[in-house]
Amino acid sequence: MSKKLLEVNDLKINFKTYAGIVQAVRGVSFELYEGETLAIVGESGSGKSVTSNSIMKLIPQPPGIYAGGEILFDGRDLVPLSEKEMAKVRGNDIAMIFQDPMTALNPTMRVGRQITEVILKHNKNVSNAEAKERAIKLLDLVGIPMPEKRFRQFPHEFSGGMRQRVVIAIALAADPKLLIADEPTTALDVTIQAQILELMKDIQKKSNTSIIFITHDLGVVANVADRVAVMYAGQIVEYGTVNDIFYNPRHPYTWGLLGSMPDLKNNVKEELRTIPGSPPDLIHPPKGDAFAARNEYAMAIDYEQEPPMFKISDTHYAKTWLLHPDAPEVPIPDQVQQRIDGYLKEAEENGK
Amino acid sequence: MANKLLEVKNLKQHFGTSSNPIKAVDGITFDVYEGETLGLVGESGCGKSTTGRSIIRLYDITDGQILFKGKDIHAGKSRQELKEFNREMQMIFQDPYASLNPRMTAGEIISEGFDIHGLYKNKKERQEHIGNLLEAVGLNREHANRYAHEFSGGQRQRIGIARALSLDPSFIIADEPISALDVSIQAQVVNLLKKLQKERNLTYLFIAHDLSMVKYISDRIAVMYRGRIVELGEANEIYNNPIHPYTKSLLSAVPLPDPLTERKRTRIPYNHEETTEEIKVHEVLPNHFVYGSDSQIKKWTK
Repeated sequence: MSKKLLEVNDLKINFKTYAGIVQAVRGVSFELYEGETLAIVGESGSGKSVTSNSIMKLIPQPPGIYAGGEILFDGRDLVPLSEKEMAKVRGNDIAMIFQDPMTALNPTMRVGRQITEVILKHNKNVSNAEAKERAIKLLDLVGIPMPEKRFRQFPHEFSGGMRQRVVIAIALAADPKLLIADEPTTALDVTIQAQILELMKDIQKKSNTSIIFITHDLGVVANVADRVAVMYAGQIVEYGTVNDIFYNPRHPYTWGLLGSMPDLKNNVKEELRTIPGSPPDLIHPPKGDAFAARNEYAMAIDYEQEPPMFKISDTHYAKTWLLHPDAPEVPIPDQVQQRIDGYLKEAEENGK
Repeated sequence: MANKLLEVKNLKQHFGTSSNPIKAVDGITFDVYEGETLGLVGESGCGKSTTGRSIIRLYDITDGQILFKGKDIHAGKSRQELKEFNREMQMIFQDPYASLNPRMTAGEIISEGFDIHGLYKNKKERQEHIGNLLEAVGLNREHANRYAHEFSGGQRQRIGIARALSLDPSFIIADEPISALDVSIQAQVVNLLKKLQKERNLTYLFIAHDLSMVKYISDRIAVMYRGRIVELGEANEIYNNPIHPYTKSLLSAVPLPDPLTERKRTRIPYNHEETTEEIKVHEVLPNHFVYGSDSQIKKWTK
């Protein structure tokens, strides 16, 4: 069993606004092991980016407030750390890849210097020449051709995919143990996206880095993740291995997400399943289950009391009253189930 | 066979100077039939949006011909003819935040076309129509008095659709109408577009880079690469039996929500091969067109 690298316990993040206090993250707990990829999925506003930013302590305070919980990295709680202590953690231990490679780089600095800057900052005894050598190696590692020449170029001379590779090289510059990727491929074309995902998996294999991958694209999740956390209204509503979530989803919200993607393989031309309505206002989070208003299977208790995390298996948990022993049996919706059956059948046939 | 609603013949759209032109669209030919959805896919910069914008006369085309209901749309037109054309063809834009005027209410946005075309001058009649349009796209009548910032992204896109429908067009160009929306909202908008198509017998040109959604909504798909259509055919045919190596590469990169296949995914890289032979469109199978030279087609269909 590999080592536990990160443990987040009951994390709560609030934001103070003129309209009131927004409870962006409402008690999130998860853990991450070495060399593992955890994907956090959810709609915009579900709190997935706030969760990942809070691990790096990138939440501006004020207006942000760490309202509770702990973030244990290698056994040490990051929440009470000072800005100065945090600066040592960032880059060295935890690094981040941002969504938009167009804005994540400094347009007035040569790409090479943006990488050596990180190397020099984190290693006091590295000379400029050594740093340059390492930066060129990094550019080579992330698959940029002619790294010596590229080292001296500016970001505007790179294409979108190449810029994202540079951003990854910067994130890797100080050998972090944990890489947080916040929608790293959303701004890219599918063909480039596939290349970047391959690159990240490749790097993970070589250096045993742990990755937290934030995305709303379930296809990407299926591709990269070992485990998945589905977030809704600031909470994790379903949590399990990638196979648990895709082949045995138990939360109605996960059903909705899976059903709203068109099925490329099976030629069904029926209507897409949609999740009616829109996410709740987190200034006044609804009483009971936050998903109740959009849930066609909602029961009376959903409007009264918040469901706990029900355990389905050792790896699989879901936060819905439907899993309570007294709840009526609600099967996975036909359309989603058919699709899963189709995938499993195909996998079986291919395996033979 | 349905009638041809739109015929695009050897359309070229070049930008920049004539000595150093940027060939955004470089000679494409296709037809759109009445009542169908034609999907136009490709990577950013392949010219798919430019094609849409040329068809709706946002650009003056460099060369070629575009016929809408048999009439050349770029030929000299009187004001009256132009108005007539604008009523027939409308556009839905990508960014629901940038495409709505923040200083106008939803009702004003939708009814702007009425003023231009002198329709529904009676106030009561006008309110009635605005209300009907809002209801057709799944909003409430009461929403007419709200401003754009009071709506969510999905609702704004619905207003954009209501605006496009306001003049009862027959042809709608949807330029990445869902790429700025969340997955669950995307499905809502796509279902709405399909429903409206059935009810109003609309014809769509659906431009997108998301192959899975395009396959779902389209009857036929055209794949663009570097300003040219490299493959065109029935949606299922393109997906199940791609012939051009670029289409194959594009399809191999689409991630599916299925971990077991994803783990075994092998991406097919695309290397553009230059050829000195004459390149033209071949009909390799009935209604399945591929762009390439004779020897290339032979190699690909093997």
